[in-house]
Amino acid sequence: VEAWLRAAVEDAERRGLPELKPLLEGMAQSTIALRAADWNDTVPPSREPDDE
Amino acid sequence: MTMLDLSITDLSARLASREISSSDVTDACLARIAGDNGRFNAFITVLADQARADARRADVETAAGRRRGPLHGVPISLKDLIGLEGVPTTAASGVLRHYVPAADATVAARLREAGAIFLGKCNLHEFAFGTTSEDSAFGPVRNPRDPTRSAGGSSGGSAAAVVTGMGFASIGTDTGGSIRIPSAVCGCVGLKPTSGELPCDGIIPLSPTLDHVGPLARTVADAWLLFQVMAGDPNPRPLPVARVPPPSLRLGLLRPYFMDVLEDVVGDRFGIELGRLAKAGIAVADRAVRHASDIATIYLHLQLPEASSYHAPMLEARPDLYTPPVRQRLELGRYVLAEDYARARVGAEVLRREVDAALEGVDALVLPTVPITAQPIGSAALTIDGQAYPVRGLMLRLTQLFDITGHPAISLPCGRPAGSLPVGLQLVGRRGRTGDLLSLAATVEAVMAQQA
Repeated sequence: VEAWLRAAVEDAERRGLPELKPLLEGMAQSTIALRAADWNDTVPPSREPDDE
Repeated sequence: MTMLDLSITDLSARLASREISSSDVTDACLARIAGDNGRFNAFITVLADQARADARRADVETAAGRRRGPLHGVPISLKDLIGLEGVPTTAASGVLRHYVPAADATVAARLREAGAIFLGKCNLHEFAFGTTSEDSAFGPVRNPRDPTRSAGGSSGGSAAAVVTGMGFASIGTDTGGSIRIPSAVCGCVGLKPTSGELPCDGIIPLSPTLDHVGPLARTVADAWLLFQVMAGDPNPRPLPVARVPPPSLRLGLLRPYFMDVLEDVVGDRFGIELGRLAKAGIAVADRAVRHASDIATIYLHLQLPEASSYHAPMLEARPDLYTPPVRQRLELGRYVLAEDYARARVGAEVLRREVDAALEGVDALVLPTVPITAQPIGSAALTIDGQAYPVRGLMLRLTQLFDITGHPAISLPCGRPAGSLPVGLQLVGRRGRTGDLLSLAATVEAVMAQQA
């Protein structure tokens, strides 16, 4: 999430949308909570593209 | 009481007996709009000439013994997100200021076929993407009980129109609570049916997996008639109000999370009305939803990217035509990763099962509709029990779960002490059993009215 946030903020600034930074930071907290939720145990683990 | 204060059920009987003509009642609604819309900003487009012509036609049909059903000749309005052939549909946005649909939305076509008269298109939060109806290219909707306050949203104009007599009902949409929230803070009935029960085609989408269309009305019986017509029955029978005696009912009170953050007036009013229901013999048992604290997270990861997907081309072409807050949230959604959207979809299924489980052994769940009353226009945050909360998050807090899970939910006025701001009581039923929820809601409405 940290890497996603860094890339998203950089992209938003590049696109002339620096005002998105606090919204993206809030979204990052929400995404951390989403990924930590215990129901994720039921989601199949992601696979590398080479697995296809 | 004037004829503009009647319920649809009462008006329909008078129209059928020709005690009142549709032309007279339509003229009265249009006069009310001309007099009051400047204060509340509930309408974006008023269809005066078309409404008068349709009302005259309805009167001719009534005189010829060809009444189509209980909505025949009844003046109502539509949220300006719902397509109407040949009429601008703006979504309260500069982006669609000149958009004119070539066909009616399916629900509008069904209402028209049932004889409803369309008075006009109601103001809303831009693209239905907000809970206050303040961010609109046509200016904010103002609360009929206190015009310095928000009417709630996103169907704020619809709720203001119903409460002020600018029509007998309105059709809104609900993606996170947008029918129930303005109904609660303005003081009318608002129904979000089961997901998928009413067609959303011809309606500008917000988030397709969460979007619902439904009625805002003055009574549960009126909401039933509108729901049935929009479901495809142009001539529904009235709701059997007295079918469910109070002592046979069991309600599940959602407690943890749902009752944790409430403005005092909301908690007090809800507690009083719940006590009255219990006194009438309705059993109330505590219920919980285990992952309730994850609701907002799941909602965000579903709603934002779905909305951004629809708006991406317009965001690229004319970003300047959006209001800044709506544009920023739409841009935010473009950064949500597909893997997190997929996680949220799994979370939605978890919540759906948990709400189903909470409904076991009870006829419906009960909780406040909105944890706060209407807030002053422009306020972004408020403090409850010493902690600051964003208004937007609070407005959605108790409604968005049932858009995620698809369960039918209805908001009823929760007591009406003179001079105070409205509060809503929310009832939630089983998926696919919206009719049963409405029967139960009519009983609850009758109990609250008797004891008020």
